[in-house]
Amino acid sequence: MGPSGCGKSTLLRCLAGLLEPSSGQVVANGSPVSGVPDGLAVVFQDYSRSLLPWLTVRDNVALPLRRRGLDRTARRAAAALALDEVGLADAAGKHPWQLSGGMQQRVAIARALAFRPSLLLMDEPFGSVDAQTREDLEDLVLTVRRDHEMTILLVTHDIDESVYVGDRVVVLSQSPGTVSASLAVDLPSPRDQIATREHPDFVRLRAEVGRLVRNRLEPTPAID
Amino acid sequence: MGVPASPRPLSRTGRWLRGTAGVAVLFAVSEAFTRAGLVDRSYLPPASSVVARAAALLGDGDFLRQVQHTMIAWGLGLAIAVAVAVPLGLLLGSVPVLNTGSRAIVEFLRPIPSVAMIPLAELLLGSGLGMEVPLVVFASVWPILFNTMYGLQDVDPVAKETLRSFGFGPVPVLIRVSLPSAGPFIATGVRLAAAVALIVAVSSEFLAGFGDGLGIFISQAQSVPGGALDVLAGTVWAGTLGLIIATLLGRAERLLFSWNRS
Repeated sequence: MGPSGCGKSTLLRCLAGLLEPSSGQVVANGSPVSGVPDGLAVVFQDYSRSLLPWLTVRDNVALPLRRRGLDRTARRAAAALALDEVGLADAAGKHPWQLSGGMQQRVAIARALAFRPSLLLMDEPFGSVDAQTREDLEDLVLTVRRDHEMTILLVTHDIDESVYVGDRVVVLSQSPGTVSASLAVDLPSPRDQIATREHPDFVRLRAEVGRLVRNRLEPTPAID
Repeated sequence: MGVPASPRPLSRTGRWLRGTAGVAVLFAVSEAFTRAGLVDRSYLPPASSVVARAAALLGDGDFLRQVQHTMIAWGLGLAIAVAVAVPLGLLLGSVPVLNTGSRAIVEFLRPIPSVAMIPLAELLLGSGLGMEVPLVVFASVWPILFNTMYGLQDVDPVAKETLRSFGFGPVPVLIRVSLPSAGPFIATGVRLAAAVALIVAVSSEFLAGFGDGLGIFISQAQSVPGGALDVLAGTVWAGTLGLIIATLLGRAERLLFSWNRS
């Protein structure tokens, strides 16, 4: 979580091995990372550019599984399963550009899920969809986190979103981005778009994150 | 001030009708011109005679063999050009060092009109397919090469990053993202090359003066008294072949790249 231009996406690209850090190093599970780590999947904000328009939805989802050494039948089966999981089983034969923005981002999420990554990076994944779709997709991410053994790192500039979907909110400061706080989120599960957002802890946390982002850090009791 | 309403786009049949009307007008003007006796009929026969002769040539086995020869030179040359230019374009378009290193050679060779290479090719390679095919290749390589390289510049970096993040290396990304993404550009290059290839195939035969091909048919008719009719009928067929090729390639493009709506 951080304000626009603080380097969230750059940090995510470094973690994904898509960008070489100019100094320092990325360490995962105790060992330094060079290049793209294994078992990684990324969901980009720009779904329309991230999906390949000449492939059907099914083939888009199945494509990365070539790296897993699966044969065609197994790839298709895994794609069908992942599409079912995001509620797009019926769209498998369509092309991405025949779908709405929210549906396209679901396809991108299905593609990541089918890959069974151990680390899922999401770069402002819901920045280009309408409010209702955004809430649906946030809940989809929560379902994914509950059902699969994977670490999800979601980059956002939306304070509410960071608290709603997060188990931990790492707040980055204005450029040059440094970590200004790392807050544990201990909201009851399952989270609910209405009830969770009314929860006193949610209200307190979103206020705290908000203050941190505005660089008006006020002393609050340690909750970390 | 009102904005003028943009003209309603023509339907398929509308476009056909207009195209046909254009041909009909040209035909009528040329027919009237020659029938009025303004020119000697043996030099410029009326359009109706030319079309009748062109249709009659379809039943002429010798003429069809000449056309076949030209089409083989065309098809072989174009196929080799695609096989050379697409991989070369992918290589030059994705390795900057090779691109800058080859620029001087490319910029020297490219402006040479292919027709200007015909005397040299005939000197070195004689006549027949052995001379025609290399010329057709030389002429066809450029539009395909440049369109492939241009298409590569247009590939979306996010699409490439996506596959990279799934662990695909540079070559798989090139084949799975860059090549299909550049597909519409490459197809346009092939369509341009196909027209140039036909021109070069026919002209090289024509200038060689002996051997086989549509160009030979035209050049031989030229030297026979009253051959103007065959010259024109042969030319009509050269044009018609170009039209058929352009139409078929255009259809194939629309079919293959229906995903490319821009």
